[in-house]
Amino acid sequence: MVPTSYYLILSAIIFIIGAVGVLSRRNALIIIMCVEMMLNSVNLTLIAFARQWDNLNGQVFVFMVMAVAAAEVAVGLAILIAHFNLSKTTNIDDVNVMKW
Amino acid sequence: MDFAMIFFILVGALSVATAVGVVTSRVAVHSALFLLVHFATLAILYVTLNAQFLAAAQIIVYAGGIVILILFVIMLIGSAPLETRAGYRSWVPYAGLALGLLMLAGMAMTMLQMPLTPTDPNANQGGAPILLGVQIYSQNILLVELAAVLLLVALLGALLLARQPKTEETTIS
Repeated sequence: MVPTSYYLILSAIIFIIGAVGVLSRRNALIIIMCVEMMLNSVNLTLIAFARQWDNLNGQVFVFMVMAVAAAEVAVGLAILIAHFNLSKTTNIDDVNVMKW
Repeated sequence: MDFAMIFFILVGALSVATAVGVVTSRVAVHSALFLLVHFATLAILYVTLNAQFLAAAQIIVYAGGIVILILFVIMLIGSAPLETRAGYRSWVPYAGLALGLLMLAGMAMTMLQMPLTPTDPNANQGGAPILLGVQIYSQNILLVELAAVLLLVALLGALLLARQPKTEETTIS
């Protein structure tokens, strides 16, 4: 049986790849994809601990995280499309309409 | 090294490789397809962790919903080649990578010290739908209601954001 710490290490690696992606890419779509990757890595951690402690609350929490992630992606993409209709660019360096 | 460990290493390596592919692709559609394979590998890992319902939910919600939404947005926005390197100073990605490796080293040092194996491998109830459903709808029913409200709010928000601004008088029939 694969130890739980292996799943935690894999989850940490995926989380860090997502975090580096969010910080270093300039396209808003790629940033949204990397945020989804980070959420998935946390899901993996929760399910690994649900198996570790034989407690189904981890899996219930993952279910709710999936619902939240779906809602967040819908609203985030709507914001992205609305901004693209305004400025015709997806580069987040150009998202400065609300700057002082 | 038994079959479970080899399987985990192979699927984990594929998961990390597709994650790197998402971050480093120059074409948006390639990133979306790498993300799709990444979600599928995670669903496989959920099955090995005895969470079968969540593996199916992962495929339905993430691979079949979120990636499709992202591909629709790529279709609407256009697949022009993504940003050039002139947006930021040249050392920024390498500094990010170095900090990421530092974070990974810190996390790994903490995690590898914990002796984490399942307490009793045969006592796991498992993630079959009936067991998860009984848990959700009896003890965590408030979460179901809150998730419903959240999804309603997200739906209304997305509709509101995607509305065209009213320019002239339009009659609603």
